[in-house]
Amino acid sequence: MFARSMSVSTCLHRAALALTAFAAAAFISLAAPEARAMKIQVVKSPGGIEAWLVEERSVPLMAMRFAFEGGSAQDPTGKEGVANFLTVMMDEGAGDLDAARFQELEEELSFRMRFSDSRDTFSGSFQTLTSNRDESLRLLKLALTKPRFDQDAVERMRKQLLSGLAFAAKDPNRVASKVWAATAFPDHPYGRPSRGTLDSIAAIQPADLEAYRKRIFAKDTLKIAVVGDIDAETLGKVLDDVFGDLPAKAELTKVPDTKPVTGGVQRVVQMPVPQSVAVFGTPSIARDDPDFIVAFVMNQILGGGGFASRLMEEVREKRGLAYSVYSYLQPYDHAAIFAGGVATQNEKIGESLKVIRSELERMAKDGPSDEELANAKSYLIGSYALRFDSNAKIAQQLLGIQLDKLGIDYPDKRNELIRAVTVEDVKRIAERILNVDDLIVTIVGQPVGIPG
Amino acid sequence: MLVRSTALLAMVMMMLTTAQAPQAAAADDTPRRDVAQFKLDNGMQVVVVPDTRAPVITHMVWYRVGAADEPRGVSGIAHFLEHLMFKSTEKLASGEFSKTVSRLGGQDNAFTSQDATAYFQRISREQLGTVMRMEADRMVNLRLTEEDVKTERDVILEERRSRVENNPAAILGEQMEAALYMSHTYGIPVIGWMHEMKELDREDALSFYKKHYAPNNAILIVAGDVTPDEVRKLAEGTYGKIAANDNIKPRNRASEPKARAPRRIKMVDARAGKPTLRRSYLAPSYQTDEPGDAEALDLLMKVVASGPTSTMYRELVVEKKLAASVSGYYAGHGLDSGKIAIGAVPADGVSLEKLEAEIDRILADVKQNGVSEAALERAKKVYIAEYIYEIDNQSSLARRYGWGLVVGATIDEIDGWPDALRKVTTADVKRVANEYLDINQSVTGYLKPSESDVAGAGAAAKAKPEQG
Repeated sequence: MFARSMSVSTCLHRAALALTAFAAAAFISLAAPEARAMKIQVVKSPGGIEAWLVEERSVPLMAMRFAFEGGSAQDPTGKEGVANFLTVMMDEGAGDLDAARFQELEEELSFRMRFSDSRDTFSGSFQTLTSNRDESLRLLKLALTKPRFDQDAVERMRKQLLSGLAFAAKDPNRVASKVWAATAFPDHPYGRPSRGTLDSIAAIQPADLEAYRKRIFAKDTLKIAVVGDIDAETLGKVLDDVFGDLPAKAELTKVPDTKPVTGGVQRVVQMPVPQSVAVFGTPSIARDDPDFIVAFVMNQILGGGGFASRLMEEVREKRGLAYSVYSYLQPYDHAAIFAGGVATQNEKIGESLKVIRSELERMAKDGPSDEELANAKSYLIGSYALRFDSNAKIAQQLLGIQLDKLGIDYPDKRNELIRAVTVEDVKRIAERILNVDDLIVTIVGQPVGIPG
Repeated sequence: MLVRSTALLAMVMMMLTTAQAPQAAAADDTPRRDVAQFKLDNGMQVVVVPDTRAPVITHMVWYRVGAADEPRGVSGIAHFLEHLMFKSTEKLASGEFSKTVSRLGGQDNAFTSQDATAYFQRISREQLGTVMRMEADRMVNLRLTEEDVKTERDVILEERRSRVENNPAAILGEQMEAALYMSHTYGIPVIGWMHEMKELDREDALSFYKKHYAPNNAILIVAGDVTPDEVRKLAEGTYGKIAANDNIKPRNRASEPKARAPRRIKMVDARAGKPTLRRSYLAPSYQTDEPGDAEALDLLMKVVASGPTSTMYRELVVEKKLAASVSGYYAGHGLDSGKIAIGAVPADGVSLEKLEAEIDRILADVKQNGVSEAALERAKKVYIAEYIYEIDNQSSLARRYGWGLVVGATIDEIDGWPDALRKVTTADVKRVANEYLDINQSVTGYLKPSESDVAGAGAAAKAKPEQG
């Protein structure tokens, strides 16, 4: 929120894809190092905990990513936002260390520990210098197994979360995404605000945080990826040390499978801003659908990252209607969506949405050209290696592959899957997914010429 | 953690700053990557940061020109030109630059700051020669049609609406910068003022391009799976063929007078989520300071205001519960100036005036009593660790050297930063606190959701600039 010099004063040519509203940490964006083999070891600890390891001894660092099944979909009714609340409590004291001492040690040992929640997972990111590894891991273990949830720390974080909600309520991007989810998934956990409401955050007590932790932090849903300066044997011991005391089995509430509402809905939220922010989406297909990769390629052509997409070409390059326009696939565990967004001055947001609709229709009706498909495939295949050029990034990829149950050989197979996609495949899947009559659109701003 | 994430970003930004250690560094045992540097005959500076872990490279060209180098009246032209650089050349049709990179399996983008404009691609090592050819081509062969310029101008206007007009905190930020710098062009936003952006045209862009884009005003940085020899050969065959521009002059921008009074900005905007307090102080940068001052300022602000272990967080958020969040940092990367910045959101029921008085009390205490040895040592550890973690990421390393070199730091100075930090003493920190936390060199900003929240309202409502 506050100016951070460089980040604020720097204007990018193209905005990074704004996925925050929906981005599941788990969604792996597919990439495979072709030119150089990467050896993934499956490490099983003496206590039976499994992790995928890539040894990389050239830098004295270790990156670990791990996740439990759960996420905000497991927030109890009336306690929406508890998973998110827990993410900010994880370094607010554990075991015999109060928040102040824990945070001082975090700095003294120079480890990096961050937690995040998506709809379906509660995940952790941990990095340490080799020199401080053992002591840093001891604190990670304490955080996972003996967080204190001191009343004072809970109240402090509550204030920050409530303050964050107050800012979010006035942020057109956040409001558009929140309203979209509520519209698409009424009466389902996916429709609830994952950061909670003023009422639900006010209601959450230390016992709620502890109850969530006990239900969700368990060995049977735990997935771990480690990359860096550590060998398999040492890692085996680390796994037992850090995660061994967790309960064997999670107690997950059943989340029903669902689909976004169909029939086409458009909602306008009035907000006094000069530029309207629109979010759109339709039902899509699951990650384990045999056609998922086809859909992924289709989206790349339509509105995926980069300047080559049709939406970018038609909305920005040809008409100058927006700085940022994008689409993406979001396969949750219990529902799947195709979604996207655009931001255009109030007077012209109607035109942007009209162009987007007609591009969705055109793709559904005619599919891509041979050239578009070839270009998208060569981008996706060639750029896969870019996802594997640092310890932290490799760990993130390996965790995603585990969460999506794609198999340890996925990095080797993935580019073949892309290569096999045909124009007919893309046309077929576009017709299946891109039903503009089912498009759910939320617009925040003062859109001109749009009823609402 | 909400506060922390802000602090973390600030910290990452600070890592981009450069050291001005008097002697060559790397004498300590901080893990780092070996860096090679050389110059082409036409004066283009080249830096190579080998990292062979993955068969990919990050290729960046940095120009020693940014928004602060713009002539008066055409604010935003540096950034607008950066967008237009993705249009056509003799060899490439409009938009083909990025599409070609994409077809080759790469990603590209660019950014503009007050002091620098940079273009980059991330791509497989085999394609390095191709992206160098293309980047060299657009260094001197840009072609712009009126139609391309007009459409892209609409894009940057939408960009300004997204970044600024839709966001009252960003509007306040612009107003504060404009008040902080009374003479220097740092007071003008990188993206430009809306009314001037609307008038930018093809001639403005081409004239800025011809004046500043040349090999002897550029720095090439390649990080990743490549050797210095490979880069030299490719660079000589591409950038090396371009003649130097003898009209490139050293940057010499207006300097700032010593201010004589504090400035205050109160802004009321119903779109603000919560009342917010901000304070900026003009300070030297790593480029303009007396040796060691910038390092001491970095550490001062880490100890006093950055993260949950900081004095301000402990006192105002944890103990007195007067703030929901508070954070601060020192931005020392600028060519001509640095800045100390603090921001806070009061707890419910606490006025901005009360919170401001508490912040001033803490700053006065630091000036009088300094910081503890333990806190200083912890701050050093945090920054040095951030520096070490960057060796895991080739793009971060490319940017570290880019941000430093583009304002004139040397590789030795950049590599010597951890060592320069280690030398800072508590006495140094206390001294720079007294020297630079001078209220006369500051701007204080209040952002309020409604008039009624503003104590002593009235002066407030006018602060909002023209929109859209």
